[in-house]
Amino acid sequence: MEISFQMVMSQVMLGLNNGVFYAILSLGLAVIFGLLNIVNFAHGALYMLGAYVALLGYTSIGPLLGMPDFHLSYWAALIVAPLVVGAFGIVIERTMLRRLYKFDHLYGLLLTFGLALIIQGVFTNFFNVSGDPYEAKPEILSGVVNLGFMMFPKYRLWVIVISLVVCFGTWYVIERTKLGSYLRAGTENPELVKAFGVNVPLMITLTYGYGVALAAFAGVLAAPIYSVSPVMGSEMIITVFAVVVIGGMGSIMGSIVTGLLLGMVEGFTKVVYAPASSTVIFLIMVIVLLVKPAGLFGKES
Amino acid sequence: MTESVHKEMLRITDLHAFYGESHILHGINLNVGEGEVVTLLGRNGAGRTTILKSIVGLVGRRSGSITISGVETTRMATHRIAHLGIGYCPEERGIFSSLTVEENLLLPPVVQGGGMSLQEIYEMFPNLLERRSSMGTRLSGGEQQMLAMARILRTGAKLLLLDEITEGLAPVIVQTLGRLIGALKEKGFTIILVEQNFHFAADLADRHYVIDHGAIAEMITRDELASSMDKLNRYLGV
Repeated sequence: MEISFQMVMSQVMLGLNNGVFYAILSLGLAVIFGLLNIVNFAHGALYMLGAYVALLGYTSIGPLLGMPDFHLSYWAALIVAPLVVGAFGIVIERTMLRRLYKFDHLYGLLLTFGLALIIQGVFTNFFNVSGDPYEAKPEILSGVVNLGFMMFPKYRLWVIVISLVVCFGTWYVIERTKLGSYLRAGTENPELVKAFGVNVPLMITLTYGYGVALAAFAGVLAAPIYSVSPVMGSEMIITVFAVVVIGGMGSIMGSIVTGLLLGMVEGFTKVVYAPASSTVIFLIMVIVLLVKPAGLFGKES
Repeated sequence: MTESVHKEMLRITDLHAFYGESHILHGINLNVGEGEVVTLLGRNGAGRTTILKSIVGLVGRRSGSITISGVETTRMATHRIAHLGIGYCPEERGIFSSLTVEENLLLPPVVQGGGMSLQEIYEMFPNLLERRSSMGTRLSGGEQQMLAMARILRTGAKLLLLDEITEGLAPVIVQTLGRLIGALKEKGFTIILVEQNFHFAADLADRHYVIDHGAIAEMITRDELASSMDKLNRYLGV
């Protein structure tokens, strides 16, 4: 079989489409890990929750409220789901995670892993594990665009563009603004920042809320592409953790770039040797761990 | 009583502090008047840094009373204490490596009116202006110390807690710091210095507290200094 430029490019574009999900999710994990020192295993479940807010908002919330004609639109879901899930995250941080900061990483990891299992279990009980379609994709994002080398679904192009905007917007705020300087300083030495008079506990709560809101945002973006299912998060999160390990825990730009690159590598592998495409990321993870245990962008400590 | 001339800025009564199982401070009593420069002298591990950390609220377990301008702080959230007008310069300087020099300068929130403007700070520390876009920890040790001092002058804090600011610095920089402390005293700042460098401290301070094994062993005023040198040498082992 001849490998044509078209084939490579189209798989790389589809890979980039997966890559932006890796990027946006690992970015949230990196931001949370930086300030809270917690590996947020609930991230996949919260991503799934975001998709369900969109789905249920479209299909069920109207009838439930006695307004059968009300459907939460896709555009509204992009705002509402992150807010709802972000608020949920804030409750988790205030009531549970807050008690664990003085202990080892491991406890936060176990707690969030437990939460993920509970959330996923509850949804598996009520919803179809093989997934429900989300049919609120707006008309304007249907159809295909001609990229020259391929016809590409408009919706996927939109996902790539908006995800890049959100990722690099987040990077900009953290690395280049006053607000971000508090976050960076808090990541380095929270005690001293507190002693200077900054409300670090509030900052931590909002950071966790923002990190999980990003996951919910990704969940809404994913809903029209993949079907919405209780296990969509746990499938995604395994790959995302591999991305985080490769990029280096806690590096903002590292998590974005690694997510995008690995999505494309995955796409490229589909052309070269398709059966390896689902394992290539883990192979890279093993190599990176052997050669540079702190990750590609991580700082050795 | 020399301190009765001053209005009270800080009063510590029967302060005990703990790190985990270890009992570090054993009933500290001290007070500092407005505009005074006071040093905490003592050997390493005597508890001087812990006193400063207790004041800013960075010691988890403490008992007793600490009042700042009459306000009790031992039950306050750490981030509120600074807003009573405290500027803290930690022993390890606490320059943030992921922040530029200017971001480091602008980090501590303004806690009271009357702080120096960024422009005044750059006039006072021209090196920092030159290197404003470098990352904080790229500066030399002396420059980092200037930065750690400068950033609390911006906040309007009137009570400065300075932990070992001369440690590991060249004599010429120590002299500059000495002039800076003198100038700040002129301006009416209240300053608590934890110092290893006794000669640096002796020239500047109104009073000295000698800390030994987590308790106050002596309080020596500037006038008594000459006659107390034997006693001091015994405590400090200099």
